Amino acid sequence: MSKKMPPTPMLDQLESGPWPSFVTGLKRLAEVEGKAHSGIMKSLLGQLEHSYQTRKGYWKGGTVGVFGYGAGVIPRFSEVADQYPESSEFHTLRIMPAPGFFYDTKTLRQMCDIWEEHGSGLIALHGQSGDIMFQGCRTEQVQAAWDKINEMGFDMGGAGAGVRTAASCVGPARCEQACYDTLSAHRAIINDFTDDIHRPSLPYKMKFKFSGCANDCANATQRADVAILGTWKDDMQVDQAEVQAKVKQLGRKEFINQVIRMCPTQALGLNDDDTLDVDNKSCVRCMHCINVCTKALKPGKEKGICILVGGKRTLKIGDLMGTVVVPFMKLETEEDYEKLVQLAHDMLDFFADNALEHERTGEMIERIGLVNYLDALGLDLDVNMINQPRTNSYIRTDGWEEEARKWAERKTNNAAE
Amino acid sequence: MTELRRPVESGVPDSKQFMHPALVRNYGKWTHHDRPRPGVLRHVAESGEAVFTVKAGTQRQLDVFTIRRLCDIADAFCDGHIRFTVRSSVEFMTTDESKVPALIQRLEDEGFPVGGTGNSVGFISHTQGWLHCDIPGTDASGVVKALMDELVDEFKSEEMPNRVKITTSCCQINCGGQGDIAINVQHTKPPVINHALVAGVCERPAVIARCPVAAIRPALVDGKPSLEVDEKKCVCCGACYPPCPPMQINDPVHSKIAIWVGGKHSSTRSKPMFHKLVAAGLPNNAPRWPEVAEVVKKILSVYKNDARAWERMGEWIERIGWPRFFELTELPFTKYHVDNWRGGRANLNASAHLHF
Repeated sequence: MSKKMPPTPMLDQLESGPWPSFVTGLKRLAEVEGKAHSGIMKSLLGQLEHSYQTRKGYWKGGTVGVFGYGAGVIPRFSEVADQYPESSEFHTLRIMPAPGFFYDTKTLRQMCDIWEEHGSGLIALHGQSGDIMFQGCRTEQVQAAWDKINEMGFDMGGAGAGVRTAASCVGPARCEQACYDTLSAHRAIINDFTDDIHRPSLPYKMKFKFSGCANDCANATQRADVAILGTWKDDMQVDQAEVQAKVKQLGRKEFINQVIRMCPTQALGLNDDDTLDVDNKSCVRCMHCINVCTKALKPGKEKGICILVGGKRTLKIGDLMGTVVVPFMKLETEEDYEKLVQLAHDMLDFFADNALEHERTGEMIERIGLVNYLDALGLDLDVNMINQPRTNSYIRTDGWEEEARKWAERKTNNAAE
Repeated sequence: MTELRRPVESGVPDSKQFMHPALVRNYGKWTHHDRPRPGVLRHVAESGEAVFTVKAGTQRQLDVFTIRRLCDIADAFCDGHIRFTVRSSVEFMTTDESKVPALIQRLEDEGFPVGGTGNSVGFISHTQGWLHCDIPGTDASGVVKALMDELVDEFKSEEMPNRVKITTSCCQINCGGQGDIAINVQHTKPPVINHALVAGVCERPAVIARCPVAAIRPALVDGKPSLEVDEKKCVCCGACYPPCPPMQINDPVHSKIAIWVGGKHSSTRSKPMFHKLVAAGLPNNAPRWPEVAEVVKKILSVYKNDARAWERMGEWIERIGWPRFFELTELPFTKYHVDNWRGGRANLNASAHLHF
């Protein structure tokens, strides 16, 4: 049993400087006497210093779980346990926070107490997927810690080839720009997928993320298989008196530089009386002018969501952006929410049935083509799904008349609605 | 053996039970916001009620004592309510404007820098590194602590042309994600294979399927079934290492650090962009990674001086052109910057648009 603090000359160098130091926190957990975590943390500091000295990592995975679930614990076993025995098992419990990362102090303190008793006392707020990461737990303590956290009303997050923990921006809780209720949508979808979170059986992971507008504060577009972004359909709301005040505040030249010239589709002009001329047909709802003029400009009133599918990082075929599969749908009534949850299930089912092992949704779409994906999900084709039509001629077009007829029919139906 | 308890599959809890009552009262009824000073947001509701948010940086990997200190502050100033941002900053909300200066003072006194709002350098979103990951090429929290020590003034002020989001990742999977600046491990040598262990540990067909360039094939080595890598094909991505730990990709010397710029999630102004490689071959120099900090600071200072208001890093470079970027940052331009992956021709200049 290592009762002494290990020497940590390299980590010590990360205690100085103005930014809060995680090393100081680790040491404090190691130095407190009479707590289970002091031993764990002494070993952990020793192993981390060893990593710094040798520039290599020393954790390996394994299989640790809780009763009833097949995911949510990230097992870590030390490869240098002979030198640092007390952190030989250092598992993480992934726990899903409330959407938008809201807490009250009673809840946080209760979590701290549980983790002080059963774990290392180290909690990351939050992991890259949005989990509360209770880091550092011995195998025999995992179930006890989990039982208490679960009894508080919190549930385990995703891991492995299942639906993962979601993330959402602050949304209507504290933002006038949110075009839909990100927190409710997050909860509606995730809480209908608990089986797929806790018992992963997909080809690979599937992530949902929720941002209230094109600013995408939840980083959904590139980090989620399904990115749900707020937008609007009608004209942007303009308070011309506030526009004039903003022009006065910035000066005409700066207003033109910062607002008019920055519009990606040149949809804005400044009138002679310092009011704003908006060509709403050219507007792409990018949010820039609204960000600059927070008092004068707002999204329109006919709000809803657009859905981008297939975002991911490098492995295996290279980086992919999510692309539009639903340009607009309303998300207000209970029926709207049901429709969204059903669509999410359809996306998951199609992915489960058709993706190759370890293939993400975006890679599957790359392989089979977007049109096949839309057909399977019964989603209407829309010109908003493309940057430009195809540029190569390698396509059989012998069904042209039929497809053109479908388009005309849809236009007629939409006009009748 | 006591009977095991069945889990309650409750999913995510309702946020409203944790929110400051002013947020519940004005949920979905906000009219506008502004920033009275860096680190402080003011949101105004239709009711006229204003909520002040003070934002501060944390170390993300929080010991329970630090969390309790944050709770003490939330109890003293915010009726016990607190929230975290996607990038691990912490936010304290109050309707009482008179509390704001004391709240800022308290946070600063306790060592939590106030900032990260508007056009500042936000906290660096990062991964787990040597602290907890099973495949890391470097540390995460340490790199970030070292960098934030250098960038803290830019966190606390709003003097950048637009917000700057920096990320770090301890392998090429890039869990840290896209960023205006992304600091990622880039392996430079193929995996070193422990052939004695492969058959017992790795599902060989699955490992072969993971390789993006089909460089792995089954082989018999010393009479044991194993895998071999065609080193001429290998792009050293490390994809084979997680499913097959005996294919060790990490190397104390040859796992280098690369820097990428111009990534952007938002659709604001320009469409979302991927970050692009600008520097590589930087040493994995724990505990403070000074060579990385030097390149990051150089790029930031050039961007700060040269970009126009509201241009994100990638947008600024699109305007001034890549020749000018390499000229201003004094970074070498090499054959490794020229994309040769599938679809990579889209990254070549198919025009007579030239910068001199």
